[in-house]
Amino acid sequence: MAVETMTHNPADAVAVPAGRARPESQIGLMWRRFRRHRLALVSLWVVIAFYLVALLAEFLAPTDPSAYSARYTYAPPQGIQLFSTSEDGSWRFFPHVNGYATEIDQKAMRRTFVIDPTVEIPVQFFVPSDPYLLAGVIPMSVKFIGVTEARAPFYILGADRLGRDLLSRLIHGTRISLSIGLAGVTLSLFFGIIIGGFAGYYGGWFDSAVMRVVEFIRSMPTIPLWLGLAAALPKDWSALQTYFAITVILSLIGWTELARVVRGRFLSLRTEDFVTAAQLDGASDWRIITRHMVPSFMSHIIAAATLAIPGMILAETALSFLGLGLQAPIVSWGTLLQDAQNIRTLATAPWLLTPGICVVVIILSMNFFGDGLRDAADPHGR
Amino acid sequence: MLRFISGRLIAMVLTLWAVSFVAFAIIQLPPGDYLTTYVATLSANGDRVDPAAIEALRRQYGFGEPYLVQYWKWITGIVTRGDFGQSFEWKAPVTTLIWGRLGNSILLEGLAVIVMWLVALPIGIYAAVRKYSLGDYLATIGGFIGLAIPNFFFALILMYLTFVWFGETLGGMFSPEYETARWSFARLWDFLSHAWAPILVLSTAGTAELIRILRANLLDELKKPYVTTARAKGLSEFRTILKYPVRVALNPLVSTIGWLLPALVSSSVIVSVVLNLPTAGPLLLRSLTSQDMFLAGAIIMLLGVLTVIGTLVSDLLLAWIDPRIRYGSK
Repeated sequence: MAVETMTHNPADAVAVPAGRARPESQIGLMWRRFRRHRLALVSLWVVIAFYLVALLAEFLAPTDPSAYSARYTYAPPQGIQLFSTSEDGSWRFFPHVNGYATEIDQKAMRRTFVIDPTVEIPVQFFVPSDPYLLAGVIPMSVKFIGVTEARAPFYILGADRLGRDLLSRLIHGTRISLSIGLAGVTLSLFFGIIIGGFAGYYGGWFDSAVMRVVEFIRSMPTIPLWLGLAAALPKDWSALQTYFAITVILSLIGWTELARVVRGRFLSLRTEDFVTAAQLDGASDWRIITRHMVPSFMSHIIAAATLAIPGMILAETALSFLGLGLQAPIVSWGTLLQDAQNIRTLATAPWLLTPGICVVVIILSMNFFGDGLRDAADPHGR
Repeated sequence: MLRFISGRLIAMVLTLWAVSFVAFAIIQLPPGDYLTTYVATLSANGDRVDPAAIEALRRQYGFGEPYLVQYWKWITGIVTRGDFGQSFEWKAPVTTLIWGRLGNSILLEGLAVIVMWLVALPIGIYAAVRKYSLGDYLATIGGFIGLAIPNFFFALILMYLTFVWFGETLGGMFSPEYETARWSFARLWDFLSHAWAPILVLSTAGTAELIRILRANLLDELKKPYVTTARAKGLSEFRTILKYPVRVALNPLVSTIGWLLPALVSSSVIVSVVLNLPTAGPLLLRSLTSQDMFLAGAIIMLLGVLTVIGTLVSDLLLAWIDPRIRYGSK
């Protein structure tokens, strides 16, 4: 409660409608300001939806992401039909997907798939499946959506070179790509707060040294550096080891921006009256930092961290796309896009570009959400 | 001014030294030394390995000696003889491989910077002067999308669309018949018909950023009293805006080159891989996957040097147009 009153800015108090007896919490005030930002609010829901997909990947994905089927190489997206029409023109509600018919393209001497509208495969929600562990802990044996007919093709977004379901792979890739963004930012935040905090609070030679290093790292082109570091990872590392190594590599450069933000905040707060008051009261440095300074700029740091996540996701996607990031058995948006690298594949299977759309959507929403959060966290904003 | 320049030059030399250290660290990262790998591949291919030649190489690069000694041998070779070492994969000195490709990188990045400015200037001014107009909103939306779309994804989409619409395959910088021809109008035309795609992809994110900054700067400037005075004195609207506010708003924009450049160099690496351009990017990727470390180190070092020099140029440019920086306390 002491912190609450300390950090309460006069500007905040104005936002509380008159006649209210109980002062609103800082979070409540932020939420109120944030809600006025329509775009940010919509983006928040989009971000939540993406993270839910990541969390419930096994439940939402219709098939196993590595289940392949040579019969359906590059099968085009089926799309879900909600209604079925019979010959006499009447229709009924019957969610289904259409089967495939194969045609031989005489010119290219290739097998191509066409959607066969006469074959209707019923689609159902909550279909029973082989038992699996949701998020690695909860045992389940039901999938959100699927077909009940055994061995019937079910490729809402199409199939890849090995006849694997793109939708399932996309959903599992979402988990990896989003979590690597989150993990990378958490690690960067850890380094950023410690290094930037020390630099900002104590100043002096440590501060100038840190700032030179930050400037230097930020003046380097990142992709060549990342590539150089990622190429040094041993090839025989397990998927998990590579995953963590890539996270560390990304945050080796990612911490600089956050350290700069933290340092700036520390510098500007160091001379505030409430910090001086605490110092005169004989509070220890540790207490001043953790009880007085950090709570008053935590919201800014969270906003800055949110704005750093898109960069991490982009970096992972770019690295994996170039083949030096996450490697094949791991499914991420970057490794998925790697399949779409040459024009021949793109011409046969343009649906392989869908992971890219996911990247654009999540980055846009993260940016809008972060912007809204930053505005809401600013006590002097209107 | 002289004082300012010399200060920046000293800072640049220090930065370059740091760049060389980072590049060397990356050379050293992979386990084992490349000479061992080199000998192994030679023997595997059935080539005869001349122990004397290997021993000479080993002495030249100081393998087995402390890192600092190796670094010293490497860096003195570069500074005194322009010798970046040997590419083991191509069996040629690194210098013969990289200069042409680096030239292509600089050409593309330079053109991208020019396009960025040419496009961002009028749009940014328009967006600020006609605030909240349809054009302003379009510029804002376009800017957000331009920033959010990963450049390699943009390149892929461009490749797909040109293939579907025009039946052409994007890629490369020249048609085969112009590859080694001398510069002429026909060759220039051929170059432009290839280069528009990478330049478009490379400049999009930067353009979006420049428009945003220019718009914000100009909006601040337009509110100032001197603009009202100029208008009251009967200056034409065109001159009122272009004569002073735009010039003032340009200053911070020049300083953005410093951090636009690293991003540009980064994205040119990945875009070149997608569009198969003969720049330093694909060579870097290849050398890294085959652990041809002297080549990779040289490219990383030169890309870093390129960025540092570009930043220096933008700093000097800024000091030249803005006396506050030239004579400032800094």
